[in-house]
Formats: sequence, structure tokens, C-alpha cells
Amino acid sequence: MEEVIATAIGVLAASGVWLILRPRTFQVVMGLCLLSYGVNLFIFSMGSLFIGKEPIIKDGVPQDLLHYTDPLPQALVLTAIVISFAMTALFLVVLLASRGLTGTDHVDGREPKE
Amino acid sequence: MSLIVLLLLPFVGSCLAAVLPHNARNTESLLAGLVALIGTIQVALLFPQIADGGVIREEFSWLPSLGLNFVLRMDGFAWLFSMLVLGIGTLVSLYARYYMSPDDPVPRFFAFFLAFMGAMLGLVISGNLIQIVFFWELTSLFSFLLIGYWHHRADARRGAYMALMVTGAGGLCLLAGVMLLGHVVGSYDLDKVLAAGELIRAHALYPVLLPLILIGALSKSAQFPFHFWLPHAMAAPTPVSAYLHSATMVKAGVFLLARLWPSLSGSEEWFYIVSGAGACTLLLGAYCAMFQNDLKGLLAYSTISHLGLITLLLGLNSPLAAVAAVFHIFNHATFKASLFMAAGIIDHESGTRDIRKLSGLIKLIPYTATLAMVASASMAGVPLLNGFLSKEMFFAETVFINATAWIEMTLPIVATIAGTFSVAYSLRFTVDVFFGPTATDLPHTPHEPPRWMRAPVELLVFACLIVGIFPAQVVGPLLAAAAQPVVGGVLPEYSLAIWHGWNAPMIMSLVAMSGGIVLYLLLRNQLKRGRFKYPPLIGRFNGKRLFERSLVIKMRLARRLERRISTKRLQTQLFLMVLAAVLAGLIPMLHSSLSWGDRPKIAGSIVFVTLWLLAIACALGAAWQAKYHRLAALTMVSVCGLMTCITFVWFSAPDLALTQLVVEVVTTVLILLGLRWLPRRIEEVSPLPSTLRKARIRRLRDLLLSIAVGGGMALLSYAMLTRQTPNDISSFYLSRALPEGGGSNVVNVMLVDFRGFDTLGEITVLAAVALTVFALLRRFRPPKESLQLPAQQRLLAPDVVTDLVNPRHASDTALGFMMVPAVLVRLLLPIAFVVSVYLFMRGHNQPGGGFVAGLVMSVAFILQYMVAGTQWVEAQMSLRPLRWMGTGLLFATVTGLGAMAAGYPFLTTHTWHFALPVFGDIHIASALFFDIGVYAVVVGSTLLILTALAHQSVRGHKTAALPRAVATEGAV
Repeated sequence: MEEVIATAIGVLAASGVWLILRPRTFQVVMGLCLLSYGVNLFIFSMGSLFIGKEPIIKDGVPQDLLHYTDPLPQALVLTAIVISFAMTALFLVVLLASRGLTGTDHVDGREPKE
Repeated sequence: MSLIVLLLLPFVGSCLAAVLPHNARNTESLLAGLVALIGTIQVALLFPQIADGGVIREEFSWLPSLGLNFVLRMDGFAWLFSMLVLGIGTLVSLYARYYMSPDDPVPRFFAFFLAFMGAMLGLVISGNLIQIVFFWELTSLFSFLLIGYWHHRADARRGAYMALMVTGAGGLCLLAGVMLLGHVVGSYDLDKVLAAGELIRAHALYPVLLPLILIGALSKSAQFPFHFWLPHAMAAPTPVSAYLHSATMVKAGVFLLARLWPSLSGSEEWFYIVSGAGACTLLLGAYCAMFQNDLKGLLAYSTISHLGLITLLLGLNSPLAAVAAVFHIFNHATFKASLFMAAGIIDHESGTRDIRKLSGLIKLIPYTATLAMVASASMAGVPLLNGFLSKEMFFAETVFINATAWIEMTLPIVATIAGTFSVAYSLRFTVDVFFGPTATDLPHTPHEPPRWMRAPVELLVFACLIVGIFPAQVVGPLLAAAAQPVVGGVLPEYSLAIWHGWNAPMIMSLVAMSGGIVLYLLLRNQLKRGRFKYPPLIGRFNGKRLFERSLVIKMRLARRLERRISTKRLQTQLFLMVLAAVLAGLIPMLHSSLSWGDRPKIAGSIVFVTLWLLAIACALGAAWQAKYHRLAALTMVSVCGLMTCITFVWFSAPDLALTQLVVEVVTTVLILLGLRWLPRRIEEVSPLPSTLRKARIRRLRDLLLSIAVGGGMALLSYAMLTRQTPNDISSFYLSRALPEGGGSNVVNVMLVDFRGFDTLGEITVLAAVALTVFALLRRFRPPKESLQLPAQQRLLAPDVVTDLVNPRHASDTALGFMMVPAVLVRLLLPIAFVVSVYLFMRGHNQPGGGFVAGLVMSVAFILQYMVAGTQWVEAQMSLRPLRWMGTGLLFATVTGLGAMAAGYPFLTTHTWHFALPVFGDIHIASALFFDIGVYAVVVGSTLLILTALAHQSVRGHKTAALPRAVATEGAV
């Protein structure tokens, strides 16, 4: 399982980076989405992963990291999910506005000269 | 009144002044005058406390970790300056009432004026070096704003810019110098610095810190070679010139020199730099002043020259000279401020400041003329006026100095020549303007100004006279109190008598007086004819031109450097950033090799692996298809999002999974809305082979970098996943969540309680993003081709009347279309509301919470939009996203502040327990209210973002429908 998650994080990050290096704004937005999935999973994987040990306190269970998964990365990722939504929205609108103003969807606001 | 109140008073006044009506000249002036007057009285009442070398200190904790305190400190010298700042401030406020025209936007003027007063006061009563620099820069800033007050005038803009550049750059040097000084002394506290003179002068860093501090001080006081900015600052309104550029701000430089005199002076370096700059400025300023044709220009150069005199005195390393400097600071402020005001009156009344045009004004404005003549006699150093006394003290210092022979020789000569010049330009100011035939070609015929416009001038001239006649009685104690801290505690012997007998200074005075008269008579006619456009001999050395040239060169260099080392292309920038991140990650990995841990592995699951294989394929597919098929790419990205969500569920993170799921929905809707406005892909027809090769190389490069990033991330996360959990702060949260946070869902308790401040920041960001989106889309210009109807619809005959094939005429959504889903979706709204409330209420103890609940609610609203159309939804429901956001932020902040009101730190949670008849025991945490805020902000922001985008379609259809309608009519 660890291998699968690690590979998944790697592939998400690689596809994301590839896309944010592309010239078209839509590619960059997609890249940001993929990259944020990768990064969120990466942060999430920093806490120990368990199956069936939600960090929701139950009576009679000792309150330590052997009986619950780590809540800290989860709280961080929860914030990150919402912020990456906000970032995607902002970026999408900026690119729409730039598209309207410059007439191109190239990230530099003009078609390359070559 | 404590010093802090005194300091805050002008700033409060400034805020008040800024909001008064546009033409409230009387109220503004009254406000400014009252603030200054109250301050003056308060400071005056403090005199007994500081008279005998006493110091008033107030300390506030500022940055205790750095050992920095906000210190206000008033000794005799600071007292004198405070009196000047506030006293002359009172008079200038009164004067400005009459000077400013009804068309000028006075709130801006008085707001800046009062803020400057506060900054200057802060500067003089600071007891901490860093604080001094802070207020120092603040005065530069307000001076900039005041010089540029008439910003429609190019000279005002240029003058303001130059003043800010010179004094601001000086301020930066000063900051560096002061940091070094603080380092040498080990404290930024002024008292400690003043007591450490020996240590400072003996320190190896002294030759470094001294020039830095001096550059700051000399540039502020317009000393050679930084003097050129002051004449250009005369583009400011005259009250500003009288206040900032003669009485107070330009004195900040000499103030600092005098303030740090006990700790910095006494060395060779000090002597040569300070007195050298002072002597050059003294001569240069006085020389240039003679050739000015503008009244204010003459006064500006005279100010430069007198500041040079004060600097020279401070540079002589003699306590007696320092006393003379303090005395001259006071005297110069009185006579020069009154002269500026008189020049302003002349300008105001006659419409010109050109000395060549003005003549014989004594017959027209006899009263003002007399006042101006007395003040300029004081400037020239005529006996029985205060200027004479300090000038005599200055002459005496130059004569009795102990230095190398050539200095002992030249200094008295320099002083006498400067005195001669000052007599000549004072004569020019009086005789040329007030005597001779009455000028006839003036823009206006001058009349005496209003009574109260003259009053400030009268008061200041009265001060010149009374100090000049009864010096010992009037200013003796003040001068002693003010000079004592400057010389470091022990005052030297000095006499404030008017008559000291026939000694060398007296003879020098006589020589200067007669020389000045002769020089004036020699130059008079030539000046009147306008022979000298620039001062002879040095006219070519124009500081302004040098300054501007150097700026041009700097700009050109900067541009060249920017072109060389940076790029405007985003792709290159991102590539470099990612590359830097990879390298930063790689270096520690190389140092300590990457190794796996020994944590027992999680049992594998074939379902999980299969699902991820699918998602991995989708991620790669999205990377490939984002260019060719956007919808397919979006779908594949959503698969990855969904798989991320499943991973969260799988590994015990229900809250994350819920949030991810809803966010996924909203993001997809958002991008679907945006897709419509993206342009068609440009098909490259037949790229050149060279272009193709370049593109291939670039792609290969990007691919390698992506693989490096992906591989690195995979290795790192694998290394972390196989290790044992470190025993970190997480167990703290686990054990405290229920007893202290009052909830069993640890993640939610962390969000609304332990890390509540973080969440507050987050919802603020969300709201800010929503507002930005809203603002950006208000000015949105849809691209032309996306305004047209799709090709399929355009091909239809215009008279086909069916909503299904040609639906988009009347509204943004087809009529009679999707009726069944519309009804179902309407039914969904209350259900979604119940679900949202349910998720919200259980959030503290079970998976759920404000975020998810808010997102669910907004998804329900969005569904209405999607199925029923924007216009229908907005006709039926009044959703006000902005109000949701505002209420939410208010709720969250007030909850946090409530804890503060109860004496706990911001956002501390409080839990109430009580019993209700039916519901039984209820316990409510204040975090619940915070979560309500989160909920409302999330609903509002999401709705605002999505509806702002959706409205573009409505707008687009309206625009698109127009030409079509016209075309239809034409066909019929």
C-alpha cells in the first residue's frame, strides 16, 4: 500500500509540474489541480496512515497515536483543500480576464514570436 | 498629559481632518490650530520638570524579544524642539487658513500637516534610535506629500520626488548607521547611547557608522552636497515652506547632530566632515541666495546657508559652539518662518514672487512691509535683534577656535564673507521689494492681508525683537535647559549680553555689514535687469541636473541588468523555481542518504491498487490531453480528485474526504463555467523545423524536471510512510480535544479551536479571493468569437420556433426544457439545507463542520442555478453572497474578540452547559459561533465566485442576442 500511495503522489506531482510548465492557461489550471492533489496527499502521508482509526475520540480508548491517526496533517490538509479551491478559482478568473484583455490564452499574454 | 497622549494628539487630529468636508477651511484650521495649541501649552507646562537637566521618560513594551522598547523621552533640547514644532505649528495653522484658496482641497492639506506635526514631534521626543529613524522617515514621507500637494503642477511633483529621493536615501544610510551604533553600544536606548561617547569614539566601527549617520543628517538638513533638493521643495504651499522647510523638518538633521553630539562629536572625522560640510553650505547657500529672483528661492538658499552655519557650529567640537548652535536653531526658526509667511502674503496679495517685478510695496502694505523688514534685519544680523546675538556667538567661535593654523586663519574669513553675503541678500529682500517706485505691472494691486493672516508674523517678529533686546531675561533659562543635554550635562560659560565691547566679533560684524551694503549696491542694477540667470561662477554646477542625470543612468543600468538576468516569460520563471525547489530538496538528501523505516506495512488491497492504477492513468492522460481536449482533461483530473477523496476515506480521514468531495464538485462546476470563455486551440499549420526542434528540446527539459519532481516526492513520501510516527505535538491535541475543546472530532476541534486563528485567516483569504473574482469579472471583456452562437445553431433557419434547437433567445436557459429535473432540484433545496445543518451540528463530535456544511449548502444553490437558470433563481430567491461573507467574518471575529473581552487570549473557546426541558443536557461551545462564521463565509464566497462567472453567460447572451435579432428582422 505504501508503494501505491508513494507512486500516486509522484505521478500526480509529475503530471502537475509538467502541466504548469506548459504555455496555455488551461493546462496550468489543470496542473495546479493535480499538483494540489499530490501535495495534499503528501502532507497527509506525513502522519502515520492507519485503516479504521479516525481521530474521533471514543470512550475507553487511550488517547495516543497508537490508537488514532495523526490529526495534525489532517487539519493542515483540510485548510489546504479549501485554499487550493480558492486558488483555482482565482487563477481561472485571472486567466479569463487576461484572455479577454489580450486576446490569447498564452500564459505570457501574447503568442510567442518564433 | 502624558507624552504618549501628546504624541497621539496630532495623529488623531490628522484622521479627523481627513474626513471633514472639502471646503471646511475654518473648521480644518481651527482643528489644526487647537491641536497644536493644546500641545504647545502642555509642553510649556512641562518646563519645570526639565529645567534643571531633568528627563521625562515613558516606556512601552514594543519588541521585548529584541530588547526594544518604545521610549518617549523629553529633556531640555527635546522640549525646545517640541515647542518649535507645536508653537510654529499653531501659527502656521492660523496662517494657512487665509493662505489656502477656497478651491484647494483643504482636508488633504491639514491631514498631512497634522500628521507631519505628529511625526516631527515623535522624532524629537523619541528615546530610542530605531524609533528616531522611523519618525525620521515618516517626516520625509509627509514632506513629500505636502510638497506635492498641488500635484497637477509638474514642478511640485518633481520637487516632491527629489526631496523624497534625497532625504529617503539619507534615511536609509541613517538606519544603517544607527544599527551599527546600537551594535557598538549594545542598546538602542538613547540614554545609554549618550552615556557611551568614549566607547563609541574608540570603537573600530566608528569610522564606518559616523559617515552613514552624517549622510542621513546632512541630506535632511540640505547640507552640501545634498543641498539642491530644498529650493525645489519650494513648490509647496507657503505654509508648508514656512513650517517644514525652514522651521522644523530641515532642522531634523541638525537636531540629530546635536542630539548625538555627546556620543559622536570630539573626533577629527567629526570635525572635518561636519564643519567642512557646514562651511561649504554656509558660503554656497549665502552666495546663491544673492542671485535668486524668486522671494521663496532667496529664502530657501538663505535657509540652506543658515543650516550650514548651525552645522558648522556643531562641527567645531566645542561646547560653547554647540550652545550657539542651539540658540541659532531657535532664532532662525523665528525669523525665517516669519519671512516665509511674509513672502506668502506678498505672493498672495500681488500675485508674483519675482523680486525684479516687485517694488515700492511699503506704500501699499506698510504694516506687512515693516514686519518683513524687521525679520530680514534679524536674518542679516542687525543689533537688537535675535539673529545678531547668535551670529556674534558664531563669529566669536570662529575667532577663538583652537585648530591647525590654516583653519584658524580661514574660518573667520569664511564667516565674515558669509555674513557679508547674508547682509546683501537681506537688503535685496527688503530694499528691492519694499522701496523704490511703486510697481505698476503687478497681477493684483496688493492690500494689507486679513488681520489674522498677519498675526502669526507679528508674533514671530515680536519674538525676534524681545529676544534681541532682553536676551538673558527672555531666553536665558530656556537656552540653558535646551543646551545642557546637547553638551552632555555641563554648560560652558557664556553671556547673552547685547554688548561685549569692541572685540573681534564686533569688528567682523561691522565689516560684514558695510561689505554687504557695498556688495548689494554693486549688484543691484545688474540683478534688477535680470543679468544673472544662474549665480555666476557656479551656475554650471547644477545639483538638480546631476541628480537627474544620475537617476537616468541608474534607471538605464537597472533596465539593462533586468534584461540580462531576468525574464518576463512565466514558463522560464516557473521552470527555474521548480528547479530550485528540486535542488533544495536534493542537497540534504545527498548529505544524509535516504533510507526506509521499519514500520509494519499496511495490509494491501487489490481494490485500492486497481483504483489508483486507474487514477494514475487519468493523471497522465490529463497531462497529455489538457492541450487537445479540455473537457476530457477536466474529467480525468476529476477522477484523480475522486481517488484522492477515496484515499482519505480509506486511511481514517472522514473529514478530509467529505470536504474533498464537495470541493471537487464545486471546482468542476467552476471550471465548466470557465471553459466556455476559453479560445479555440491554435493549430500550428506547419512549424519550421528549427521551431519544432526548439519545442522538442523544451518539452524534453520539462519532462525531465517533472520526472525529477515526481520521483523525489514519491521517494520522500515512501520514506516517511515506512517510518514510525514521531511522538510530536499531535498527542497533545488528541488528549486535550475533548476535555478542553469540548468536542470529540479532533480535526474539527483543531480547526475551530486550537488553530482557530489559522482558520480565521483562511476564511478571510477565501472572502478576499471571492471579492477579487467578483471585481475582476465586473470589468470582464468576453472574447469576440465566444459571443457568437455555436456553429450548429447559426446554421438553423431563423424562423424555426422551438426551444429545444434554438433555446437561447429570451433567457440564459431554455424554456420548457429540463422541467422534471428542475422540479426535482427545487425539492432538493430544503433537503440539502437539512443535510447541511446536520453536518454543521454534528461537526464538533463527528465528521462534518462549517466548511463541509457551507459547501453542501452552496452546491444546492448552484444546482438551482444550473438547472433553472440564473434569471429564474435570482427572480425567486434573494441570495446576497456579500452579506453572507460579511456576516460570517463578523461572527468569527466577534467570537474571537468575545474571549478577549472576558480576559482570555483571542479565540479562546468557552463551553456552556445547561439543561432544557425536552432536549436534556445541552452544552454549547463558543467555537460553535466561530463555526457559524466559517459556514457563512464559505457559502457566501462559493456563491459569489460561481455566480459571478455564471453572470458572464447572461451578459454574453444578451450581447449575442442583439445582432441575431437584427438579422432575423432583416430576413423577414
